[in-house]
Amino acid sequence: MKALEISDLHYSYPDGHEALQGVDLHIGAGERVALLGPNGAGKTTLVLHLNGILPPASAANMRGVRGTVAVGGKKIEPKDRAGLAEIRRRVGLVFQDPDDQLFLPTVGEDVAFGPANLGLRGEELAAAVDEALAAVGMSDVKHRAPHHLSLGQRRRVAVATVLAMKPELLVLDEPSSNLDPQARRELAEILLSLPVTMLMVTHDLPYAAQLCQRAVVLDEGRIVADGPILEILADTQLLAKHRLELPYGFAVPV
Amino acid sequence: MGAGHAHAMYVHQHSAVHHLAPETKIAAALAFTIIVVATPREGLLAFGAYAVLIAAIAVLARVPALWLAKRSLIEIPFVATALLLPFFAAGPKVSVLGLQVAQEGLWGGWNILVKGTLGVLIALLLAATTPARDIMTGLDRLRLPQAITQIAMFMLRYLEVLADEARRMRIARMSRLDDPRFLWQVKGFATGLGTLFLRAFERGERVYLAMRSRGYTGRLPAALQADNVANTRQWMTVALLPAVALAFLILWGLQ
Repeated sequence: MKALEISDLHYSYPDGHEALQGVDLHIGAGERVALLGPNGAGKTTLVLHLNGILPPASAANMRGVRGTVAVGGKKIEPKDRAGLAEIRRRVGLVFQDPDDQLFLPTVGEDVAFGPANLGLRGEELAAAVDEALAAVGMSDVKHRAPHHLSLGQRRRVAVATVLAMKPELLVLDEPSSNLDPQARRELAEILLSLPVTMLMVTHDLPYAAQLCQRAVVLDEGRIVADGPILEILADTQLLAKHRLELPYGFAVPV
Repeated sequence: MGAGHAHAMYVHQHSAVHHLAPETKIAAALAFTIIVVATPREGLLAFGAYAVLIAAIAVLARVPALWLAKRSLIEIPFVATALLLPFFAAGPKVSVLGLQVAQEGLWGGWNILVKGTLGVLIALLLAATTPARDIMTGLDRLRLPQAITQIAMFMLRYLEVLADEARRMRIARMSRLDDPRFLWQVKGFATGLGTLFLRAFERGERVYLAMRSRGYTGRLPAALQADNVANTRQWMTVALLPAVALAFLILWGLQ
């Protein structure tokens, strides 16, 4: 069974901008995939489709909105509230700015938020929180306030907030942005240790090469390339055509 | 980042008062304040008894007197009003220390001063023994609308994020030679405020998306705040405070 199946996905914003123009993407269970593309390519729009935040239920029949997304074989229906709750359990979205993700006064409460919404309580809830925090090595900050942590710590906690819901598909938006090299490496080690399917949106190509086996390039609302990541990164013409660039001095490992 | 902002008012101790469920403390403080305000200003003995009650709680909660004294400085603007009243009120005059002051104003000033002080002190004791987070929980359990408690909670969480953002914007402005010391240079500051508002608004949208992604449907799950819910014994214990205060009011306040 596929972890994620997107077929012929179109989405236009109410102002007429066509953000997605027929996206087809299949991801198998356990795969780690990098989603690459220039700014404005539609990456964020695509990510918001993965757990049914888009399209809004009110826009389901609008022009320019069609196609299907299925997670673990379950199709997303914008009007099916119970179904959406299950989809949001299966898909863990980690947003780029941890301050958007962490909104409760203490780390422990924030990690508990997702599983509590799933109906866990008491010991079960506490266990889910402890397990998720342990998985990212952040158990000792459970009672601290998010704004007293460093960015690297906050990003790890943000990962824990979705891990606590035991997702099948982990979606990360720019996980390495603004991290110092050590925090960046530590996060990579944590992500590599997680036994979940992963889709990572990033501009950090070496990071993608380190963490993922496969890369998908999105540009102007379409998938323009899909293949083993090292092959894609080695294709300089393809990269140049879609405003992607390897950092200075970086050579694709052979 | 300013460390410890979230605990600005909390005095970390392990006392019986600290361990009470927050909703009971809020209810008791509110009831006490109402009784204080309802006491006629001539009931001097009753006010004295209230002060003793507050002192007793402070000792029980191990809140240092100096801390209380410093924090109650917030009351000063009201004190100023209270002190001015005897000089500006109309009516029969009395002589105090060689000054002619209005009797009515004297009572009016005293009324503000004593009730304000007692109110501030009980509020400070509540804040000193209850972390801000728990006060939200308490208000929520007292059935305050969730819209209000959630807004307050977001404020608690994002005040510092916003202040930080404002600080960074200010530094960036200063680095480009903005010098908002004079009124006619206030433009940068004003537009900065507008930008800050927009950013806060956009952040709100992103936070909401992130919350929905984790299953938020409009209510915070009660399981997040399941510990230390008040039992009957706790309610009985805190009821002592307004009960005793009420007894004082009836005994000495209402002649």
